[in-house]
Amino acid sequence: MAIISNAVTIADAGAFSASLGSMVHIKTLTASSSATLSFVDGAASVVLDSTYPIYVFKLIGLHPASDGDLQFQCSTDSGSNYNTTMTTTYPYASHNEGDSASSLSYFSDGDQANGTSFQRIGKIGNDNDQATSGEMYLFNPSSTTFVKHFLSRVSESHPSEYIQDNHVAGYFNTTSAIDAVQFKMSSGNLDAGKIKLYGIKDS
Amino acid sequence: MLAKLNYMELRTVNMGVISNGTTLLDAGALDSGVATGAMTLIKTLTASSSATLDFLNGASSVVFDSTYDSYVFKFIDIHPATDDTDLTFQVDVGTGTSYGQTITSTAFQVFHGEDGNSGAIAYKANRDQAQGTAFQPICQDIGNGNDESMNGELTIFSPSSGTFVKHFIGLGTNVYSGDASIQIYTAGYVNTTTALTRIRFKMDSGNIDAGTIKMYGIK
Repeated sequence: MAIISNAVTIADAGAFSASLGSMVHIKTLTASSSATLSFVDGAASVVLDSTYPIYVFKLIGLHPASDGDLQFQCSTDSGSNYNTTMTTTYPYASHNEGDSASSLSYFSDGDQANGTSFQRIGKIGNDNDQATSGEMYLFNPSSTTFVKHFLSRVSESHPSEYIQDNHVAGYFNTTSAIDAVQFKMSSGNLDAGKIKLYGIKDS
Repeated sequence: MLAKLNYMELRTVNMGVISNGTTLLDAGALDSGVATGAMTLIKTLTASSSATLDFLNGASSVVFDSTYDSYVFKFIDIHPATDDTDLTFQVDVGTGTSYGQTITSTAFQVFHGEDGNSGAIAYKANRDQAQGTAFQPICQDIGNGNDESMNGELTIFSPSSGTFVKHFIGLGTNVYSGDASIQIYTAGYVNTTTALTRIRFKMDSGNIDAGTIKMYGIK
C-alpha cells in the first residue's frame, strides 16, 4: 500500500519516499574498559560499504585508563588486519591552562608516509574529569578505484593540562574497499565514552 | 465531492501502516526499524538588532541536555551592527545568568586579502583563553558593510556530562573588516563537571543586526 497525500507519495514499497533526513545513525559503541572499539561492515548492524558515500564518526567523551594516544586504523579484510597503508598530515593548535604556552604547529612525529601503524588523532589524560571529543569523516570507503580520504578534528584534554585542537587528515593508499575501522588507545583501555557512526546519504 | 476528497484528512485509531510487509508507522510513532535522520533541528533564532541570542534548555522548545550526545550551532550570515567585531559565546549551568564558565581554548586563523596579499596562517593569542571566563570568540573582526557577514558552526560535545569537562570545536569564516577572507578555528573545553544548560551568543561590541543561528541535536 502506498501512502499518498496531496498527490505526493509519502511511502511505498515498504519504505518512506519522503526525506527523513540525510544523516543516518548506524551504530553506537560505548567504551567500558575496552581494548578496542571496532566497526566492521556486516557485523552487529554496522554498515560500512557503498550504502553511503560519506561516513562520520563522532567521538564523545572518550576517557582512557592510562594517559596515552587515541588512534585508529582501517581494514580491507573485515577486521582480520588493521594495517592499511596511509599517508597523513598532523597540524594542531595548543594552549595550556597556565597561559604560559601556546602554539600552532605541525607534529611530524604524528604523521605517516605510507605507514601502516595506527594513526594518532589525539592524546588524552586520564584525570577523572579529562576526556576527548571530536569527529572524523571517511569518504567513499568502498571505492575500488581511488584511495580513501579522511578528515578528523579532535579536541583533546592533554595529560599536561592543556587543550590541543588536532586536525589530522590523509588517505589510505589502497584501491581495495575499506570495510572496518578500529579505534584504540596506544596503551591501556578506553574506560568510558562513545563512538557513534553515521552515514551521510547522497540522495 | 471531488473537491472534498482533495482536502480529505485521514484519521485512524490504533492502526499501523504497513507497506509491502514492512511496518512504517505504529503506536503513534515511526517504527523503530525506519532509518530516520540523526540530525534534528531544535531551534532557530533570528537576529534583529539583538544584543544576545540565548538557547536555554527547557525554554521555547529548546533541548540542551542528555537527549543528544552532541549539539551543533550553525551561523548563517551573521551581520554585526558595529564594524570590526567578533561573534562570541559563553555557557552557563542550572539557571545561571552570569555566563562566565571557565574555558581553556585555542584559536588560529587563516587569512587572505581581496588584494591577493597577506595569505597566512597564524596562532591567535588574543582569541584564546587560559582558564578564562570571558565570552569565547568564534570569528574575528567581521565587517559591517552592507554585504559583509560571518558563517560557520560550533559543536559542543556531551554538555550534560556530570563527569567530564565539555569540549567544543568551532569554525567561523567571515569578511574581515579590512576586506579579506578570514577563518578562525577555535577549540577548547569548558572546565566544569557540572552539566551545561544554556548558551548565549553575542557580539563583543554592539548588536547582532541580522542573521540566523540554528541549533541541532545529533542523535
